[in-house]
Amino acid sequence: MIETIAQVQMPVDEKLSIRRQRLRADAKKDSGNRICIVTGIHGDELEGQYVCYETGRRILENPHYLTGTVDIYPALNPFGIDSVTRGIPAFDLDMNRIFPGRKDGDMNEYLAAEILHDMEGAGLCLDIHASNIYLTEIPQIRINELFKETLLPYAKLSNVDFIWVHGASTVLESTFAHSLNSRGVPTLVVEMGVGMRITKEYGDQLVDGIFSLMKEQGIWSGPVDRVRTPVVSERADDVCFLNAPVSGVFLKQKSHNSMVKKGECIGVIINPLTLEPACEIRAPESGLLFTIREYPIVDEGSLMGRIICNAPVVSSFL
Amino acid sequence: MKEQTVFEIKALYRDDFRVKGYTFGSGEKSLCIVGSLRGNENQQLYACSLLVQKLKKLEEEGRIAGGKEILVIPCANPYSMNIKKRFWSIDNTDINRMFPGYSEGETTQRIADGIFKNIKDYEYGIQFASFYMPGAFVPHVRIMKFMDYVEQAKEFGLPYVILHDVRPFDTTTLNYNWQVWETKAFSIYTTSTETIDKKSAGQAVEAVLNFMEKEKMIRYCGDEGYHSRVVDSSRMLTLRTKDAGFFECHVQPGERVEKGQLLARVLQPYDGACLSELLAPEDAVVAFLHNEAMTYADTAAFKLIMERADEIR
Repeated sequence: MIETIAQVQMPVDEKLSIRRQRLRADAKKDSGNRICIVTGIHGDELEGQYVCYETGRRILENPHYLTGTVDIYPALNPFGIDSVTRGIPAFDLDMNRIFPGRKDGDMNEYLAAEILHDMEGAGLCLDIHASNIYLTEIPQIRINELFKETLLPYAKLSNVDFIWVHGASTVLESTFAHSLNSRGVPTLVVEMGVGMRITKEYGDQLVDGIFSLMKEQGIWSGPVDRVRTPVVSERADDVCFLNAPVSGVFLKQKSHNSMVKKGECIGVIINPLTLEPACEIRAPESGLLFTIREYPIVDEGSLMGRIICNAPVVSSFL
Repeated sequence: MKEQTVFEIKALYRDDFRVKGYTFGSGEKSLCIVGSLRGNENQQLYACSLLVQKLKKLEEEGRIAGGKEILVIPCANPYSMNIKKRFWSIDNTDINRMFPGYSEGETTQRIADGIFKNIKDYEYGIQFASFYMPGAFVPHVRIMKFMDYVEQAKEFGLPYVILHDVRPFDTTTLNYNWQVWETKAFSIYTTSTETIDKKSAGQAVEAVLNFMEKEKMIRYCGDEGYHSRVVDSSRMLTLRTKDAGFFECHVQPGERVEKGQLLARVLQPYDGACLSELLAPEDAVVAFLHNEAMTYADTAAFKLIMERADEIR
């Protein structure tokens, strides 16, 4: 059943609506548990579109296994998705910095407040992002250390390749996930693939994880695939960042999800105008290259990749 | 006046990215003024250019106090200004959400770091700031609540000193980080952002010179300005639009309005019918107004300083 959870009138003959698809078990089988699958806060991140569809499709294929409620929110920022815009068009505002919102606030604050209100009481929520248009990521879950104890067990069931527990930051308090976690709804932030594209393989992997979580939550009684064991990074120095030392055109030589050795060449930065010798980008440490730059133009400082270097599971690979 | 390049990055096909600073006087780091941080802050850059002219003249006349150094950085983001883009050209990040910066980080973190290293040791910091919502303001100086230098904020002689609460996203702004590094930081808001408003730019420059004179950085005899009224931003009254449509505004920023006075009408965009009117609920001064042709519903169209609101001090 499609329901509108918030709506505002636009100036010229249009309503902006936030809608969800609710798939609910028959009353006799309903455990009362609920999971929310959320995406589209950033309008140019589309990986979650396929995940929403495929999750719903599999449920509708075998509805008799459904023993709870699955709420699918494919577009929290419909204008952003329509206009290939990360933020909220017309406001130049990152929607993931306006939570928890205010019911008596402006249009965006109101929508944020209504979205959170609608999800309160759910047993679990997944907020699916797609890196951005510049970087490709392996399927991963990012956890604010403040919520580590609650979220890590769920993240391990999600069938992702990597779990990154990162430090708390005041500025992140205005994110959707932080706000919902603070209200007692465990919320996992998924990052995978690349902006403006859909990586079906990653989508299928995450959907398998969602069914595993649904089973754990008592929302799904059907068979589920065994989930993979993720690399877990909990220390700040587990992750090395590769930032461009010069501006230019980055040509990657390694794909994401590659194991790299210290000193190995990951890519080069070339300058098609000056024809200077290419600047080689070498791995500062051995480890798993979990992020690689897709968009070739780099300014000095642009992020080109990230390596998990010290996590225990990675060490065993090397 | 000494010109210096505060920070520089080499680009692929564009001229080098340069942040320039102008130093007046020499000695202890007394005051730093920063103009535009975003590509649409034309008014903030314009105000800085007027200030540079004034300080240059004062220096030539020997009226900068001995042992005092003043640094002006008119523009921290020439790249975005030149392509008329509000945020950073390639990745749309906001330099004013990157402070204190990080020298090994991403581009705008490096820019923030490169600037902040040069300005963090000043006793006073002033930013010509713009608001996150499109609109026009009554000129004022803004400081974060619970700072102990409200009296010094009054030295600008602007009509209002506005105290505001710190929100999570403030923690990465220049103003916030200046305070963390023990610089007394002020944000000066003039009427406009993208368009040049000569009157309020001139008022802002006069305000900075007043402050500098009172802090004995310069010898200057200008317009004393106002006896500032201190207002807590949380006690300003916000009037929101009930409907979406054309926004027909009937007042100006800074205007004194009476209870029941028509402030704006929202019109149906196809047939021009009046959908709703916004009336002043009390006698007040218009501190902020929405100034775009159209409005959404629930938009903060006006912020009013109530005539009867208690003074903070």
